[in-house]
Amino acid sequence: MSEDIIAISGINPRQCMKCGKCSATCPAFEEMDIHPHQFASMVVEGRIDELLASESIWKCLSCFACVERCPRSVEPAKLIEAVRVSVLRERGGSFLSPDEIPAKLDPELPSQAIAAAFRKYRK
Amino acid sequence: MQRIGVFVCWCGSNIAATVDVDAVVEAVKNEPGVCHAQNYQYMCSEAGQGLIKNAIKEHNLTGIVVCSCSPRMHEATFRKTAEQAGLNPYMVEIANIREHCSWIHKDKKEATEKAVILARAAIAKVNLNTPLRPGESMVTKRALVIGGGIAGIQSALDIADAGYPVDIVEKSPTIGGKMAQLDKTFPTLDCAACILTPKMVEAAQHPNINIYSYSEVEAVTGFVGNFDVKIKKKARFVDEKKCTGCAVCTAKCPSRKGGNEFNCNLDNRGAIYIPFAQAVPNVACIDSTRCIHFKTGKCGICEKSCSAGAVNFDQKDEIIEQKYGAIVVATGFQISDVTKFDEFQYTKHPDVITSLELERIMNAAGPTKGTLLRMSNKEHPKDIVFIQCVGSRGNTCRDKTYCSKICCMYTAKHAMLIREKYPDVNVHVFYIDVRTPGKNFDEFYRRAVEQYNVDYIKGMVGKVWENEEGRLTVQGVDLLSNRRIMLDTDMVVLAAAIEPSEGVRNIATMLTASIDTNDFLTEAHPKLRPVESPTAGVFLSGVCQGPKDIPETVSQAGAAAVKVVGLLAKDKLVTSPCTANANELMCNGCSTCERVCPYGAIDYIDKEVNDHGKREVRRIARVNSALCHGCGACTVACPSGAMDLQGFSNRQIMAEVDAICK
Amino acid sequence: MQVSENTENKEFKPLIVAFCCNWCSYAGADLAGTSRLSYPAEVKIIRVPCSCRVNPMFILKAFEKGADGVIMCGCHPGDCHYSTGNYYARRRMTLLFSMLDYLGIDRARTRVEWVSAAEGQKFSLVMNDFAKTVTELGENIKLGDLRCKKQQD
Repeated sequence: MSEDIIAISGINPRQCMKCGKCSATCPAFEEMDIHPHQFASMVVEGRIDELLASESIWKCLSCFACVERCPRSVEPAKLIEAVRVSVLRERGGSFLSPDEIPAKLDPELPSQAIAAAFRKYRK
Repeated sequence: MQRIGVFVCWCGSNIAATVDVDAVVEAVKNEPGVCHAQNYQYMCSEAGQGLIKNAIKEHNLTGIVVCSCSPRMHEATFRKTAEQAGLNPYMVEIANIREHCSWIHKDKKEATEKAVILARAAIAKVNLNTPLRPGESMVTKRALVIGGGIAGIQSALDIADAGYPVDIVEKSPTIGGKMAQLDKTFPTLDCAACILTPKMVEAAQHPNINIYSYSEVEAVTGFVGNFDVKIKKKARFVDEKKCTGCAVCTAKCPSRKGGNEFNCNLDNRGAIYIPFAQAVPNVACIDSTRCIHFKTGKCGICEKSCSAGAVNFDQKDEIIEQKYGAIVVATGFQISDVTKFDEFQYTKHPDVITSLELERIMNAAGPTKGTLLRMSNKEHPKDIVFIQCVGSRGNTCRDKTYCSKICCMYTAKHAMLIREKYPDVNVHVFYIDVRTPGKNFDEFYRRAVEQYNVDYIKGMVGKVWENEEGRLTVQGVDLLSNRRIMLDTDMVVLAAAIEPSEGVRNIATMLTASIDTNDFLTEAHPKLRPVESPTAGVFLSGVCQGPKDIPETVSQAGAAAVKVVGLLAKDKLVTSPCTANANELMCNGCSTCERVCPYGAIDYIDKEVNDHGKREVRRIARVNSALCHGCGACTVACPSGAMDLQGFSNRQIMAEVDAICK
Repeated sequence: MQVSENTENKEFKPLIVAFCCNWCSYAGADLAGTSRLSYPAEVKIIRVPCSCRVNPMFILKAFEKGADGVIMCGCHPGDCHYSTGNYYARRRMTLLFSMLDYLGIDRARTRVEWVSAAEGQKFSLVMNDFAKTVTELGENIKLGDLRCKKQQD
């Protein structure tokens, strides 16, 4: 799972020197349960479930202040984005399975909604 | 035809247990050129060496092969043996039948066969050996020190005390460097000027030291022991011999708009100035870019006010040419550019300063006469925030990848000095790691925390802005308690990264000394030769080699001086004869070899050659054997096959290949 | 006929020439010896001051004279005693590799390895591995001078 986050983000979280400049910079810091600087070490430690369940990923403004100021090119916003994307992909599973669709087919259902339902599948 | 003797060593049982030494002797007896072969228990012993000497004399040998341990072990021993018997030491070859044979193979037949082949290869090589003689070059007994900071001063003093003349070239009007700008020094807290200025004076008064201040190195040619250096003495428009340093002119100069570099531009100086009161030489200098006389042709107040008549507007740059045997680079450092960190508001707010600026503010001779004041309104501050690692330890385009090493200690020093002098001021330090290796260093830092109640916060500052009260708000994070910190403060001090001085790249190029990706000069070996540059005769002193504090700089400066003295103490330098050599008739002067030579040892001359009766002048490569290290890069690069390496010639290596593949 | 007899009766032992730079790889080979780390006796080492002293001609010459494999060892990039020698060597060998392709010699018969003075273990591993590779490739008949062969037999 850590590998997935690293692959999606394109970031090597081991470069982090734990200076905390990301959290010092973050405008949404007070809203977050897990703070930006924790993301790097939690990805390294493989604590991805906690990150997936975290409120922080929905509080991140994607303002990229941490990306701009991180001295080690760890760029936490990209890690947070990767976790967010993983959650979105995961959630797709609980929306619809392909077998359920024929029964629900409705001539008036917009094709866009079907496409959207498919889009959320993990695989 | 050579007359070769082969000596097979048993090395006790080390060789003899796996290699049949008698069989080896038998096998090589009839090799071309061999007229004597024998084995003995310990060839390197007194008796073994005696045996070799006797054989050389008795059989009138012209070359010998010793089949024994690695040449890295005893090549020098057997060369000496040969020399004692009147044979040229370079007529000795070693066949390594211990490390490369007996110790790694178990099968006696196999090992013996291999030993014979290795011996044959060595015999084939020695058949083509020629007597070589080491070269010699003279040593000019004078040293040049580039840079007049504490590193340069210390190196110069140590060299001068050993009895050799030294010239210091300093680009600014005074020696003293960065240390002269410091207020106090850690970990003893003695004042920098009190320990530096006596050394500056000592250097100025030393009979063996000559200081070229306000001067720069223009060009360097030559090689170890024989450098030719051109020094440009910039016009300071003041006669050094006449000026008494009374400073009347500096007070009267009406052009006062430009910043004072010595005080980090926190105040202004006149166009004619003496950087600081204890400057060495204590001679004024006119900054022609700011002087009204040079702009309009008028003014001339300094000239009129000078009772010694020292001001001379017609002075010109002067070029000095001098020969040196050794060069010490002590170009030091500068503070890296913090203007790129706009989150810290350095360019926007005068109360955000660098640590060096704080040094000047704290210094009694500084812009505030030593009183800690906010630069914005000249009021006493209540809170000060220090931010560490600004521009150090990062991997983005704004940062240096290295740790600047001195910042942790000077920040602790500043914090402590402020708390000592102004107990009402709250001091906060944002740190990532506190790195204090060094004698009494960690104790010093702990004192700041425990005795002086300095608030150390593990974390970084994200941004700084001016609040409604006109003070600064610092937004940071405390990683240990995982919470956000907002601090209202009066001053922010940035521990900016240090970087090699501007212009060091230029000097390195002139000296053909290598520098790393951060522009620090590279040492010849990171552990075993830390004060020597890979370029022979060039030595490194101080921060130009890597970040270091004053104690380390002084010890490195002393070490560099010892290396210089060791070099200058020699009358002549003996150079290895295993150097490259161009065949005049084959060389076509294409310059390929010059481009691959890492030592700049090859140049070209026009020389008359006799090519089969045809006399003509040709451009041919010439190898300076004092510079050549014998790597052989040029021999392979040479398209015409003119370049060859003595001791490892093409024919010799080919003969070894032949012997092995036979 | 003689040749085929030889191959039937005897296990094939390749002839391998190793060029080792004096400062790193030769010292590494010495360390392998001091540590008694064995490698096949077919490997014969020639000492050169630096890997950049190895003229690709030496390697072709070795093949011509009947070597089955040639390996060149130098200091690790960046550690060269002469600061840049092994970079030159690396470039020359890259060119030689394409030349060998052109000549039809299996590229695996030539190898470049960086072995430091502290890597006796590596030296032994590299030599064992190279000898194994060359043994599997068999006798090098592509460049060998047939006239030399006849004289030998």
